[in-house]
Amino acid sequence: MSRSSSGRGGRWLSRVLSTRRRHPLAAVAVLLVALFACGSAYAALSPSTVPAAVSQTAQSTQVEEGRQLFAIGCASCHGLGGEGLVREDGTVIGPSLVGVGAASVDFQVGTGRMPMAAPAAQAPRKPVAYDDEQIAALAAFVASLAPGPEIPDDAMLDTSADTVDIARGGLLFRTNCAQCHNTTGQGGALTYGQEAPNLTGVEAKHIYEAMRTGPQAMPVFNDELLTPEDKLDIIAYLENVESQPDPGGLGIGRAGPVSEGLWAWLVGIGGLIAFAAWIVTRSASARSSS
Amino acid sequence: MSTPNNEEMSGEATSAVQARDSHVPVDHPEQTGEVERRSTSADPIPDPGFHDPGPRYTDVEPKAAKRAERQIAGMFILASVFIVASIAAYIYFGIDGDEATGNIGEVQASNFALGITLGMAFLLIGVGAVQWSRALMTSPEIVEKRKPLRSQDDVREDTLASFNTGTEETGFGRRTMIRNSLLGALALLPLPAIVLLRDLGPLPGDTKENTVWAEGVRLLTDVTYQPITPEQMELGQLVNVMPATYRDLPEHGPDRLNERAKSPVMLIRMLPEEILAAEGRDNWHVDGIIAYSKICTHVGCPISLYERTTHHMLCPCHQSTFDLADNGKVIFGPATRPLPQLPLAVDSEGYLVAQSDFTEPVGPSYWERGTR
Amino acid sequence: MSTTTPPTPGTNGAHPVVKSAGRVVDFVDQRITASNWLKRNMRKVFPDHWSFLLGEIALYSFILLLLSGVFLTLWFKPSMAHVYYDGAYVPMRGILISEAYASTLDLSFEVRGGLLMRQVHHWSTLVFLAAMSVHMLRIFFTGAFRKPRELNWLIGVLLLVLGVANGFTGYSLPDDLLSGTGLRIIEGGVLAVPVVGTYLSYFIFGGEYPGEDIISRLYPIHILLVPGLILALVVAHLMMIWYQKHTHWGGAGKTDENVVGYPFFPIYVAKAGGFNFIVFGFIFLMAATIQVNPLWFWGPYDPSQVTAGTQPDWYVGFLDGALRVMPPWELDIFGYNLTLSVLIPALVLPGLILVPLALYPWLEQKVTGDTREHHVLDRPRNVPVRTGLGVAFIVFYILLWIAGGNDFFATVLNMPVNWISRFLQFSIILMPPLAFWITKRICLGLQRRDRDKVLHGRETGTIMVSPSGEFTERHAPLSVGEAYALTAHERREPIEPGPATDPNGIPNPAYKRERRQARLSRFYFGDVVQKPTREELEHTHHDGHGEITEGDTRDQSAAGDHIASGQQ
Repeated sequence: MSRSSSGRGGRWLSRVLSTRRRHPLAAVAVLLVALFACGSAYAALSPSTVPAAVSQTAQSTQVEEGRQLFAIGCASCHGLGGEGLVREDGTVIGPSLVGVGAASVDFQVGTGRMPMAAPAAQAPRKPVAYDDEQIAALAAFVASLAPGPEIPDDAMLDTSADTVDIARGGLLFRTNCAQCHNTTGQGGALTYGQEAPNLTGVEAKHIYEAMRTGPQAMPVFNDELLTPEDKLDIIAYLENVESQPDPGGLGIGRAGPVSEGLWAWLVGIGGLIAFAAWIVTRSASARSSS
Repeated sequence: MSTPNNEEMSGEATSAVQARDSHVPVDHPEQTGEVERRSTSADPIPDPGFHDPGPRYTDVEPKAAKRAERQIAGMFILASVFIVASIAAYIYFGIDGDEATGNIGEVQASNFALGITLGMAFLLIGVGAVQWSRALMTSPEIVEKRKPLRSQDDVREDTLASFNTGTEETGFGRRTMIRNSLLGALALLPLPAIVLLRDLGPLPGDTKENTVWAEGVRLLTDVTYQPITPEQMELGQLVNVMPATYRDLPEHGPDRLNERAKSPVMLIRMLPEEILAAEGRDNWHVDGIIAYSKICTHVGCPISLYERTTHHMLCPCHQSTFDLADNGKVIFGPATRPLPQLPLAVDSEGYLVAQSDFTEPVGPSYWERGTR
Repeated sequence: MSTTTPPTPGTNGAHPVVKSAGRVVDFVDQRITASNWLKRNMRKVFPDHWSFLLGEIALYSFILLLLSGVFLTLWFKPSMAHVYYDGAYVPMRGILISEAYASTLDLSFEVRGGLLMRQVHHWSTLVFLAAMSVHMLRIFFTGAFRKPRELNWLIGVLLLVLGVANGFTGYSLPDDLLSGTGLRIIEGGVLAVPVVGTYLSYFIFGGEYPGEDIISRLYPIHILLVPGLILALVVAHLMMIWYQKHTHWGGAGKTDENVVGYPFFPIYVAKAGGFNFIVFGFIFLMAATIQVNPLWFWGPYDPSQVTAGTQPDWYVGFLDGALRVMPPWELDIFGYNLTLSVLIPALVLPGLILVPLALYPWLEQKVTGDTREHHVLDRPRNVPVRTGLGVAFIVFYILLWIAGGNDFFATVLNMPVNWISRFLQFSIILMPPLAFWITKRICLGLQRRDRDKVLHGRETGTIMVSPSGEFTERHAPLSVGEAYALTAHERREPIEPGPATDPNGIPNPAYKRERRQARLSRFYFGDVVQKPTREELEHTHHDGHGEITEGDTRDQSAAGDHIASGQQ
């Protein structure tokens, strides 16, 4: 709701940056920045860019670390080997994680949905329980159980790439996503207490992983039928919409007619009736009747 | 303070001030017609008459009046300032924007500045005018008599008489042939008005029964228009699909839009054993890959709010809920019919195709449709 | 300042402004005998009360609608031909959209003040319809629809219907995803019409839905036909108010034979004119600061796309809500389909609401048998059944309205939408009668309190102890004015039917009708708490509880009030 009043500075910056996009040297600058970013990432030895020679041992220690974390935090529902647990009557305590892949773990744990606090229709987003390294370890462990979707690397999430088409992203979003998440990504209700969550403020990586793996009730949009380019366009569209100011003033949730109706009644009619009440009052009377 | 024009007001209105001064109830005029005096015999308290609240502070205190005058004039002057400011805002906040990033921020500034200045100008003029009347205008509250709305009896009688005479002169009652033929002609007159609207649209024919789906038509992903193989479909997958024949339609003109209103399909994959296929539908899915119309059978919203875990399909317009594992059966909400299912097969090149068109009309119910 | 003479034509030595105004009046008068009319009408009396200004809010927002609407027509293109968008809104560039949607984006983003005017137009629509609604409720609850104002009530109902219709057609014009989805639902409603539904739909849309005709067809309806009808009816509405003179609240000096208030000129010219500007200003400020219908977010209409949270504007919300909570009923009529689940909420329900609403003045007249003119308003508590019916309707309407946003409330309240729908299905049947009963009880309680006040004075909360140790609460006296206001209403007794047979034993032919009317009348007035009679009042006076101060006390207490307010 405060979208329009905050972030003026950020908007200015983004405007300056994007106005310079067509500058003759812009491509060079972007290239340099990209190279620098890749270099730093390489230097920081992020798991996805570890050279194959070193990775073998590093990875196995990571998997081991993940196994231990898993045994403590996840095994009570998903079983020690991630095979899932089922009650005698057939109800699932925790589904099998064999083959869900690193992407699924990164999404579920990285957005705080797992570990679940209590059984519910749906695991809600909440504060993240593990740090980045621990999440990576858990993901590595689950990925080691069976091959599955991988965590997307930064290049797959670069929404400033020249090939990105925001308008196409919008088209894809309205066709595949808006029915549940609303055209502005505000989310919406589903059946029997489930809901499609609000997408504002969600990291690009997590949106990608959600599309790829289909967490909770969400269907899967795999890379073959919704290609990584398609997904990147969708993410770019969402980022664009989220970063846009509301040109008309307060966004009132960008939720459409229901909140507009409430405002029309409370502020519009309410305010005008207050004026009407003032209009019919008499100006202050004199002290004594002469 | 009483205004000098009381006497000029003629009998229509009497000054309430007089009523107050003399402490007599306002006299009730003798009424003719249907307005009756309300019964007073049982009334516990007689009408004490109109009571004037007396002068205002600004009426007796010249300083206060002067202050109010300055205040009101100040509002009008400020309104002028805002009007000029609105023109300045119009010029200053250009919205020519930027080729690459658009102009949303500029539109926001322009909208805000123009709206605030114009809004304040209007508001100040209005508040000033009202305040002028509240604080300084000297008209007292006055009492005006009402006349009964019914005409006087003699006038009513005269009018009725004239009307009767006129009717008599036309012979409307006697010359029944003229009367009836005229009424007949007038009764027919609306018909051409309706007939003239006939060409608003073509007759439905069987257009509601058919879509461009047919035997062997490939399923294409919507927006990107790629054909789909069963191997590409993962468990829990949802794909929004259009028929390959859709692309043969001209890009401009209504055909594509019309087809989008009845041909869209959602393609999902679940475990084959989860599907409770109705009789005759056993071979409509390919290994758990199953397709349903996207158009709600209630009032036609396109739906694809698919829950992978429950196989529920929800309509966001009116919350009709369908079970896609159970032949698209309605399990909640106002929809009366299950979602039509599109029978699937695989063609020689391994792509998913339709076995045929939908076997029933898609979309909302209509009269001719029956309840099949 | 304080000695301005009235603008008499040709006054010598007057202020130049007055003199030129006089010349204008003179000019007009010599051509159309204007002075005659002006003399009778310039000092027309309008009573002062905030609730009398609700209709004015509607009037002024309608004027603003006309003005801002004309501005929008200068840029809007009512065409569904598709073009590749290449305008200022980046996330839409290169997409095939209709000219209607493209021109709406253009006038929002590439015309200075265009977005402002669109928002002014939309906010004033929402305010216009809300103002009409509260105005109508005020008329209903105060009985201002009674003779001689039944025709104006009927015009008001028509205006509300036309207002909703025009709001909906306007909502459909920009061809965004929400407006298109709204049209789709309308098409579903049209298809549900028995026998001719399919044909109607093909005629309305120029063939299959959605076709390319509907927006260019709605356009003249939205900008010419319906606004023209509204304007004509508004003029008739105002002329009738002017001719019949405004109602006023009961009270000292106010009767059915007079009207007490301020003169049209100058007071109401200033107040009404000023309020016009206030409404304009207020809506402009809303449009400057609160975004409404940001349709660039919704995207262009595509019949295969939909958004979560699809809702109509508030004034159509109750119909959408009815569609949502209707059970899935469908009938087979000799092999044809009768879709009750759409037909009832979309077509039967509006009729069930509108017909009784339009006919209510006559229905109530049937019950009361009252054919007199009424110019003093009812206090809602004094007609408990009418007030109860009104509140029951409001509850019914609000429940449907909530149903129209059930998914919105599900996310806000974090409750399953299915529970909300189920709950509403029951509440819509059960709550209105409950609301009726509760409201009626409250009204009767208030009437009883009024009666006690008149008989015993106002409770002060001061407890007195008599020498004998008896505790009593001290009651403060009521001024004559106050007491009169509490007793100014009529004593309403239920009608008794005539005898079934006359003295000769011949059956009364009208007896059945009379008995029916009597039963209805008992329903309306059977348990009304009557104001005290003069005898009752005198009786309590003699008991030493007489608590109405006579004569001067009234003036003193009134003056006291004014001193208090003067110090603010």
